[in-house]
Amino acid sequence: MVDNSVVVEMRNISIEFPGVKALDGVDLTLRAGEIHSLLGENGAGKSTLIKALTGVYAIDGGTINVAGATRTFHGTADAQDAGVAPVYQEINLLPNLSVGENVMLGHEVRGKFGINWKATHEKARTYLKELGLDVDPRSLLASHSIAVQQLVAISRAVVIDCRLLVLDEPTSSLDRSEVDQLFAVMRRLRGRNVAILFVSHFLDQVYEISDTMTILRNGKLEGEYPINALNKKQLIEKMLGRELAELDSISRAATRKIDRTGEPILKVLALGRKGAIEPVDLDVFDGEVLGLAGLLGSGRTELARIIYGADHADHGAIQVRGEHVRFAKPRQAIDHRIAFSSEDRRAEGAIADLTVAENIVLGVQAKRGWIRRVGSAQQDQLIAQYMESLGIRPNNPNALLSTLSGGNQQKVLLARWLATAPQLLILDEPTRGIDVGAKAEIQRLVVDLAESGIGVIFISSELDEVMRLAQRIVVLRDHRKIGELKNSAKTGVDDIVAMIAKEGAA
Amino acid sequence: MTSWLKNLMKKRIMWPVGALVVLILVNVLYRPSFLKITVLDGRFYGSLMDILRNSAPLMLVSLGMCLVIATRGIDLSVGSQMAISGAVALTIISHSPTPNSLATVLGAIGVGVLITLLFGIWNGFLVALLGIQPIIATLVLWLAGRGIALLITGGFITTINSAPYKTIAQGNVLGFPVEFLIGLAAIIVVVLLVRRTALGVLTEAIGINPAASRLAGVRSRGIIWSLYGLSGLLAGVAGILYSSNIMAADSNAAGNGIELDAILAVVLGGTSLAGGKFTLGGTVVGVFIIQTLASTVTFLGVPSANVSVFKAAVVIVVVVSQAPMVRNWFGRQFRSSKTASPTATPVAMERTAA
Ligand SMILES: Nc1ncnc2c1ncn2[C@@H]1O[C@H](COP(=O)(O)OP(=O)(O)OP(=O)(O)O)[C@@H](O)[C@H]1O
Ligand SMILES: [Mg+2]
Repeated sequence: MVDNSVVVEMRNISIEFPGVKALDGVDLTLRAGEIHSLLGENGAGKSTLIKALTGVYAIDGGTINVAGATRTFHGTADAQDAGVAPVYQEINLLPNLSVGENVMLGHEVRGKFGINWKATHEKARTYLKELGLDVDPRSLLASHSIAVQQLVAISRAVVIDCRLLVLDEPTSSLDRSEVDQLFAVMRRLRGRNVAILFVSHFLDQVYEISDTMTILRNGKLEGEYPINALNKKQLIEKMLGRELAELDSISRAATRKIDRTGEPILKVLALGRKGAIEPVDLDVFDGEVLGLAGLLGSGRTELARIIYGADHADHGAIQVRGEHVRFAKPRQAIDHRIAFSSEDRRAEGAIADLTVAENIVLGVQAKRGWIRRVGSAQQDQLIAQYMESLGIRPNNPNALLSTLSGGNQQKVLLARWLATAPQLLILDEPTRGIDVGAKAEIQRLVVDLAESGIGVIFISSELDEVMRLAQRIVVLRDHRKIGELKNSAKTGVDDIVAMIAKEGAA
Repeated sequence: MTSWLKNLMKKRIMWPVGALVVLILVNVLYRPSFLKITVLDGRFYGSLMDILRNSAPLMLVSLGMCLVIATRGIDLSVGSQMAISGAVALTIISHSPTPNSLATVLGAIGVGVLITLLFGIWNGFLVALLGIQPIIATLVLWLAGRGIALLITGGFITTINSAPYKTIAQGNVLGFPVEFLIGLAAIIVVVLLVRRTALGVLTEAIGINPAASRLAGVRSRGIIWSLYGLSGLLAGVAGILYSSNIMAADSNAAGNGIELDAILAVVLGGTSLAGGKFTLGGTVVGVFIIQTLASTVTFLGVPSANVSVFKAAVVIVVVVSQAPMVRNWFGRQFRSSKTASPTATPVAMERTAA
């Protein structure tokens, strides 16, 4: 029998940052045995609400009830004492220990002579099994993919017998089968009466996994609904407060005629790197969007990185407008007006402690070198132009980048690259972690850029996004290019999926 | 609490400034003449003037240290470099037939400082190009530097008689000690260099996120390399000041332990040893704290054996008061800061969105 008792009740929560009312009278009720999705645009306040719940931020108003008792959190430790034990990915896991040690940390099985490691690992194996994870508990944690590491982190929830699991965008960089695995684990935990809070910008996933949803808009509560109460269109309207702009003009982009008679912007001949990507040929013409499709780990990012010079190519050649070039480091690619926006925004994009303005100007400034500072007038103009055209929120160039929501950080990084006026833009997962509205805006932007003559290499795990934007698609599998196809009205996501599957069977 | 006070409390630099003010007040309490400045023969005299004057070598070294630390580095060799520049300059002057000519002195200083610049570039080469850990890379010169200086002076403490050289540490211009003016000039030059160009912001970018800076096209190597060079150059000038003070090249005593004082000044000023954001203003205040402390210790007659304990006590107070936990506690008292927990890390499982 499923017990629907309330685990956490947050009422009228308000949090204010200097100049921003991040949360304004928001309610959230989490019940045992329920998967609850928290939805909203970038900057709506989802992460802030979670940080209030987990004691990272002190609240300015409202009450938090945990298991019936009102609590005031002065830190994460307080929240954990109250039984709100979110699974932290980075701090709770120790990559140098085994999977079993990580799962059982602090709960090892003790024998007469201290810890009984054999029994500990056995117990870890049972816990993992319970969640359907077939991982050797003696293997080193670091030897597993990020996805598996996440699942190990979640399995700790069973060990410490926590009542509540908080997952803020856990799926943003998982592939489909990994998402399935995660969902299976979530369902099992739900069966054990754990309350789960889930955040994702993939609405299909939200519909697939959750029972209830709470929608935030601009820091205010829009409402709580059973999952079946709203269809996708209604949900988007509630999130954005308006209808999603028509994507018609974007969908026509894929069939736009590209003049491929002249010299391509970029021509890559048998470019490869041992262990990362086998030699690949490709070219990009003026105004063209070239899609790179493939599963996670198929070598898309690796290919992009060696084109850009972020990693060293040990094979092949690159031509920019017919001129032979060698890129030993990103600078040289930048000097040829090539820009690359990394998929790993936090580690390779954001300079968190600098302001939005400094982050936007960084690319242009780096290009000019340190001696000639970009003049204030030019800086202001660049900043105003891109904050406006990309709709960066909050509209405050002096805010620290770290205080922006994930989606807005991504826009700032795009602005950094656009400001350098590239002729070729390599975008690796530019819409990851971005809300539906902003996703459409970024797609629109890519189309506009291409129409203005810029070449774009567009990498995305979402195939329909690639299909919508790219005129040509290069398909990768197992670190190899397995084919290339021209996009037309008749091509669909299925063609690519079939291509990948066929190659696997062969 | 009024909002301007709240804003003031939030400014990082307020903590070191507060510490300095307290230190000065303590001094005034014990010797009311502390703040008194007298004019004699058109010159300013007084304890404050002494502090300003004596702080110059540490000031030069700390400015360089601050920038190096901002790149996630450290320069342990500054003290040894001071010994080298002094040894070079004094050896040249003592061997010159015209030790009192301005040209000789300027030439000697030029060569001395140029050599430490080269040593700084050597450090930068080890760190930026070979990728050696800064603490190890600069330890090499920390160890070898005094030996090199002794080699230059032939193992002796070279002493000289040279009026122009003496002026550096002991002369006055417009009533102010030349040494102080040199320190002041260094502050102005470094601040202009860093904030009028893009050196400052690019240095911060490198220190905050080296991987992202590289992908953004920042020439990290060149910048890190130059900053070690700058640190060497500033240490060289500091060495000249030191040797001019005693009119001797004492390779063992020159700048002995100054690297630690400089690191302290930088940290006291509010720049994190983890690199990234830096504050030259804070570093300047940090230098004054250390120098005032030294003067206080002398005045109070703390036995020299206990000086380090005394110093450590003050440092602990200032550093602890800057610790995030304490600052947050203060913040909570005034409800001006939002972060409740110092151990707070990004939220559970959030991968790319932050
Ligand atoms: N530490 C902070 N200082 C100032 N403002 C902040 C801070 N943290 C968040 N904000 C602001 O609060 C608002 C809500 O941000 P939050 O990160 O909760 O959004 P989100 O819903 O998680 O968005 P995303 O989907 O992009 O992750 C944003 O306007 C953000 O700029
Ligand atoms: Mg978020």
